Amino acid sequence: MVEKKQAGYWLTHLGLIIGVLFIFFPVWLAFVGSTVTNDDILQPPFPVLPGPHFIENYKNTLLYGGPEDYVYNHIPIVKMLINSTIMALGITIGKIIISLLSAFAFVYFKFPFRRTFFWLIFITLMLPVEVRIVPTYEVVANLNMLNSYSGLILPLIASATATFLFRQFFLTVPNEMIEAARMDGAGPMQFFKDILIPISRTNIAALFVIMFVYGFNQYLWPLLITTDTSMQTIVMGIKFMIPTGDDFGHWPTIFSTAILSMIPTVLIVIGMQKFFVKGLLESDK
Amino acid sequence: MEKRVIFKGWWLPLLLVSPQLIISAVFFFYPSGEAIWNSLFLPDPFGLKSEFVGIDNFTFLFGDPYYRASFITTAIFSISVSVLSMGLGLYFAVLADRLIKGAGVYQTLLIWPYAVAPAVAGVLWMFMFNGRIGLVSWYLGLLGYDWNHALHSGEAMSLVIVASTWSRVSYNFIFFLAGLQAIPKSIIEAAAIDGAKFWKRFRTIVFPLLSPISFFLLVVNIVYAFFETFGVIHTITSGGPEQATTTLVYKVYADGFVGQDLGSSAAQSVILLICVGLLTVFQFKYIERKVHY
Repeated sequence: MVEKKQAGYWLTHLGLIIGVLFIFFPVWLAFVGSTVTNDDILQPPFPVLPGPHFIENYKNTLLYGGPEDYVYNHIPIVKMLINSTIMALGITIGKIIISLLSAFAFVYFKFPFRRTFFWLIFITLMLPVEVRIVPTYEVVANLNMLNSYSGLILPLIASATATFLFRQFFLTVPNEMIEAARMDGAGPMQFFKDILIPISRTNIAALFVIMFVYGFNQYLWPLLITTDTSMQTIVMGIKFMIPTGDDFGHWPTIFSTAILSMIPTVLIVIGMQKFFVKGLLESDK
Repeated sequence: MEKRVIFKGWWLPLLLVSPQLIISAVFFFYPSGEAIWNSLFLPDPFGLKSEFVGIDNFTFLFGDPYYRASFITTAIFSISVSVLSMGLGLYFAVLADRLIKGAGVYQTLLIWPYAVAPAVAGVLWMFMFNGRIGLVSWYLGLLGYDWNHALHSGEAMSLVIVASTWSRVSYNFIFFLAGLQAIPKSIIEAAAIDGAKFWKRFRTIVFPLLSPISFFLLVVNIVYAFFETFGVIHTITSGGPEQATTTLVYKVYADGFVGQDLGSSAAQSVILLICVGLLTVFQFKYIERKVHY
């Protein structure tokens, strides 16, 4: 800070605290809603302080998908969390592996159609699955991959972000390293495995955070290709709990599911904050 | 650009790029080609055969008032979300950048909504304004205001904009904070010694230095509002009331999966492909600048 003025200093904090409150407000309400009974919610006004039913609600949600007297067509939320995690890890690891391999090929080899392939991958950069949703669904249906983890994962791996990030990074690796490796008799794959991968670990970690959040939070794609409830992911599963028409729904279950759906990604973003910020700034889309 | 030392052989590199190429071919190029192909045909009602109709699907679309309206809806929605979330992100970043101690704590407290799925954010905001029982709509009711986003299209639009903005502020905050921290403090100090007050320094020095990143963010945020807000719209309004919150992407879904109008949906996909292609070209011109930022 250039000037030291007490008033300005406190105003700065005040401005930021207001922002933090705006950000926390919806999630605070969800947390409160996950600790009270359904009657507390259905009779307004909505409570603003947590109630005593935290353990009961979360236990019912995680193990049974709701309390006994409220019948959902639902599976234990812990199963949804597992599905989401498998999908997120599959997308993340898949993307990182295929893009490390292709970036390595583009930077360190000359081969036929190198430019063509590079541009083909570049085109995939900005076109999300939402644009070509109907034909992609048909492809996945024809391959018998509806209601399967490979159907959830594979179509979302096809993206060029990570390839470009790794390519950019490999281009900054000094040539002397390759020469030294060659002189020691290392072949290309050995160079890749023993030198390139270890020096890329910061970039790998940064991409891991971004891709995990991306994969875990997918909504439209799992919504389309999972008709079997046991394959539902948590982010899309919530949609089916929301009451329609005259139904009241069971809001503590919805809120505890919402809170549970945030925990893995928020923990990773906060816990790996340094990598997250780096990944966001460098990879973007 | 090119590395001086390059490994020999051509089958190994082809093997290395093949996983990505195969996945792109099966799940990207084939479906995109299919969309373009289908957009020229009209399937019969039983889905048994389809008839070549040329550009009829496109002319029909542009004659459809609902489709034209969804362009306007998309524009209002995307621009509002981008401007609001960039404004708030910049505001928080400027404040956090003024602190010597504590900026890190605020950063942690402000970035985590990025990790919350847009669809889940949609559920939370939908509930706060839920007619009978939502906290905000209930108090608005006490004040005599009857909030009902299932009926009033203006309220539906505001709610999806606010929820999407909430999801997006952290992203812009991080970029603006990094941009502000990259500005050498000596420039700011020199201006302060010359007597420039905070607002004047911001207007004449900081803001111009932030303009490349602001421009980049504008494009990226518009793309975000186009595609990644599907979850917010689907959970809050399902495109309603009266298609008031049906954006272009939402309409591809609604016509293709709910309405089963495959020719029209494919034509819409093609139009979206063109829109995004243009945005990509536009953004690519600025990617180099971003890398050297």
